[in-house]
Amino acid sequence: MATVDLTSIAKSFGPTKVLGGVDLSIADGEFLTLVGPSGCGKSTLIRIIAGLEAQDSGGVAIGGASVDHLRAHERRVAMVFQSYALYPHMTVGANIGLPLTMSRMTLRQRLPLLRLLSRQRREILRGIEADVGAVAAQLQLEHLLDRRPAQLSGGQRQRVALGRAMVRSPDVFLMDEPLSNLDAKLRVHMRTELAELHKRLGATFIYVTHDQIEAMTMSDRVAMMDAGDVLQLGTPSELYERPASIKVAQFIGSPAINLLPATLAGSGRIELFGRPLSLAVNGTAGASITLGIRAEALSLAQGEPGQGGRAWFSARLRRKENLGSEYILHFDLAGRDAPGVTTRATAATAATVNETAEVALTFDETACHVFDVGGERLEPRNGGAVSSVVPLRA
Amino acid sequence: MTMTAIPAFGTPPRSRRRLWIEQITGASFALPALALLILTILLPLAVLLYLSLTNYEFGAISADWVGLANFSKALADPIIRRSVINTLIYVAIVVPGGVFGALLIAILVHGRRRTRSLYEVIYFLPVTSTLIAMATVWQFLLHPALGPVNAMLKWLGFGEIAFLSEPSTALATLAVIGIWQLLGFNMILFLAGLSAIPRDLYEASEIDGCSNGIDRFLTITWPLLGPTTMFVIVTTMITAFKIFDTVAVMTRGGPMGRTEVLLYNIYLEGFQYFHTGYAAALSFIFLAFILVFSVAQTFTLDRKVHY
Repeated sequence: MATVDLTSIAKSFGPTKVLGGVDLSIADGEFLTLVGPSGCGKSTLIRIIAGLEAQDSGGVAIGGASVDHLRAHERRVAMVFQSYALYPHMTVGANIGLPLTMSRMTLRQRLPLLRLLSRQRREILRGIEADVGAVAAQLQLEHLLDRRPAQLSGGQRQRVALGRAMVRSPDVFLMDEPLSNLDAKLRVHMRTELAELHKRLGATFIYVTHDQIEAMTMSDRVAMMDAGDVLQLGTPSELYERPASIKVAQFIGSPAINLLPATLAGSGRIELFGRPLSLAVNGTAGASITLGIRAEALSLAQGEPGQGGRAWFSARLRRKENLGSEYILHFDLAGRDAPGVTTRATAATAATVNETAEVALTFDETACHVFDVGGERLEPRNGGAVSSVVPLRA
Repeated sequence: MTMTAIPAFGTPPRSRRRLWIEQITGASFALPALALLILTILLPLAVLLYLSLTNYEFGAISADWVGLANFSKALADPIIRRSVINTLIYVAIVVPGGVFGALLIAILVHGRRRTRSLYEVIYFLPVTSTLIAMATVWQFLLHPALGPVNAMLKWLGFGEIAFLSEPSTALATLAVIGIWQLLGFNMILFLAGLSAIPRDLYEASEIDGCSNGIDRFLTITWPLLGPTTMFVIVTTMITAFKIFDTVAVMTRGGPMGRTEVLLYNIYLEGFQYFHTGYAAALSFIFLAFILVFSVAQTFTLDRKVHY
């Protein structure tokens, strides 16, 4: 069990900057997810922690001690690869047991023919077999130990890769998009299994994914990365409810957040489509800003729009998506220079709208996110909750 | 293929017609290959078998049926026995040298980044050259008085060695030239095999504790090159069995019959002494050797190469 500390890790491949000085502290036993679009540097970062890639500058410490001078196998980390990287010529048992074979046997004991000379070999082998058996039992792999990877299903291969990582009882588990080769149903199942495994082992997990749902559902904390920098670090709900920048807001959440162009009137009041809101932020009058509204904060107005002082704008239905439990409604903003918006609705509400007529959409101003021209979050002056979250990159 | 799964009973006539068209199409696709196979391999083999059972001589108008006399003569012939042994010795040197040498070179070349293609070309050049021409060059290089190899040996303080006319070294020298000729091609095969090994596996093995090159080679490279190695061993062995051109150009079976090999004796019997029937019988023995060795190798190695 160990903490992982990264201090200003930078890495470039030739002229391409991949990581621009990343600082991260991961607590003992924490499940931290690195999430971001492809090419954001998350995989490179995890490979630097593993020791497969050397950083240009900065340092990695595991358990408080620097590991920069240690080779991958000396760092007490285990890694699960996206492709699982199982050894195709070995049985499941040999795959899981390989880390133990390498650490417990000398080269002479592993060599063909020469190994016959060793007396302790049989004893060591029995020890490895017992440990492999114990891990296999935890992952329900006992009946597959003699199979080869090619004879296994995707989910079983995934579990063998996990077993190979677990068998050494490492301090840190590194996972590089381990679920992205599974089909959708199995992925949902393995999410639960991984989270339970983390709870049971109590080890530190660092998990890389481009899937924000995996990040939201499994992690203690999420580090959202883009272009080699950590944009925001926080719990899943912090990232969802208080995104530090427009990029975080866009990446986290499904359906994606609605972004509407707005302007600042005098005294920081926000004007949306020419209509003033009660929401205000600090800023110069006339500045353009972006208003972010989650789909669940936006709803069809009941009765007269603007009733009770609620903000609203008109839109025309483009498409309904039936998810079974609810509908996702896609609207066009008729005649306005803005992309469409989406909202969640019950089946009953969805039945009341159609493509022929414009409807009024109303929203809760306290649930709005305001971003400046540079995409950074602006805190509401009144109404909205006061926040202590400061964008990391500021 | 899927069409054959449809039961013939009760199928509408249109679909039965389609099935028939499909079968015709399939057969006509296979026809050119089949025709070539018959014309270039099966038919000559049948003629060879027939000739080997007669005392036909090249140019003769008729021949007598002699049954298995040619074969019993071959088995009793001390020259043939010697040439079989020489061929086996040659194979025993060329196969390990040509396979493991090529594997070593391939691993070294695979590790180069910028100079890789340069080394590939250098090692592949002997494959593209004509062995007969190269044999002449080798003859000059190894010449006791004029050749640079002996000049170097003398400079290093050793006595001169008549590589090709000394009975104890002639066959080994030919084997070294055979290896030199084969290395480039085998190296390309091994390079292809090496490139097919996923990088992930090496990284996983690094985390799992394979810290040095020997561990990585034994855990990943060697087992995963299994199918390539099997192919290289079988093709190298067949090529080595067919040793002929260097013998014909450089030693003519000498000194003292030390480089007489099977194919060279077949050539002598067939095209110098015109004993076509006898040469046909020897060719059959030669084919049997290659077949037996290839099958045995494929089966024993195949059992160890599995995934």
